[in-house]
Amino acid sequence: MKALVMRAPGTNCDSEMVRALKTVGFDAPLVHINDVLREKNLSRYDVLVFPGGFSYGDYIRSGAIWGKKFVAVLKDELRDFVAAKKPIVGVCNGMQVLVEAGLIPRTADYPEAAMASNSLGYRCMWTWLRVEKNVCGIAGLYKKGEVLRVPIAHGEGRYTVAPGTEKKALAELEGNEQIVFRYCKPDGSPAGGEYPWNPNGSLSDIAGICNPEGNVLAMMPHPERASFFWQFPDWTLGEKREDGLRLFKGLAGSAGGKSGRSI
Amino acid sequence: MLYRVEVRYKKGVLDPEGNAALDALRSLGFKADAVATAKVYLIETPSSQKDVEEMCRKLLTNPIIHDYSVSKA
Repeated sequence: MKALVMRAPGTNCDSEMVRALKTVGFDAPLVHINDVLREKNLSRYDVLVFPGGFSYGDYIRSGAIWGKKFVAVLKDELRDFVAAKKPIVGVCNGMQVLVEAGLIPRTADYPEAAMASNSLGYRCMWTWLRVEKNVCGIAGLYKKGEVLRVPIAHGEGRYTVAPGTEKKALAELEGNEQIVFRYCKPDGSPAGGEYPWNPNGSLSDIAGICNPEGNVLAMMPHPERASFFWQFPDWTLGEKREDGLRLFKGLAGSAGGKSGRSI
Repeated sequence: MLYRVEVRYKKGVLDPEGNAALDALRSLGFKADAVATAKVYLIETPSSQKDVEEMCRKLLTNPIIHDYSVSKA
């Protein structure tokens, strides 16, 4: 199983990502985006991963340059990859890339959503996530309603749709079961847009969503920073969690062309 | 030709930086009713205005949250 972890100038979560992927059995080469664009050969990988960071200095918009460059060179390859139901994961800056590339909320030539500035600026903190009823095979090892502890670190993570279309967009996302994670309170009750439970003011507390087919997952929280017990703030007090690691185990299960709940 | 591209938030999109500037201006004793931020690009190019507009749609804006205007600088 080969998971391509890409890095662009300014990417800074690549090593944690590689470590988490290797832990669940992936061969996880870390390749610079310029080499990926030169090779033009995505088909030799089973999984594509866009890790977090501040690619291209977050200039123009977070994720925009990476996303647009990628699509400009590899549009057909990328669409074949998605159509083959192979998993693509974008975390943090990677989510911004997937939205700007027109892969989230679904494949499109122009973005159908935006990752807008947080209502309170840059935030680096632990958050609670509730697993929603979803079609995402990558998140298939989580139970619906389960509450996870995963950190965020971003300034532009407010999932936004065109003003006035919020209701319609939400109904569509919910109808397709595309919302995978929502920010919530520690007991799993809705954050209701309230800070700090919802750290960025995102629409309907959305923290992570997938495409309608369930093989492309984009999330702002960092599962690779919550994959080992010693990464959790209270591990010396006996907190034994590895909430993020199950995402990567699920990813391993859904790699190889399978999607949906076929883990 | 030098073009001036201005990128603004669409009406109804939260502008935290504008709001922070508004609060700060008021706290300094200035009178202000609203502040909106915008980003300006000055682009030197042999391309037509139409092409510059395509630059806006393709890269410089996210059409979901931004409006833009292009003029000759």
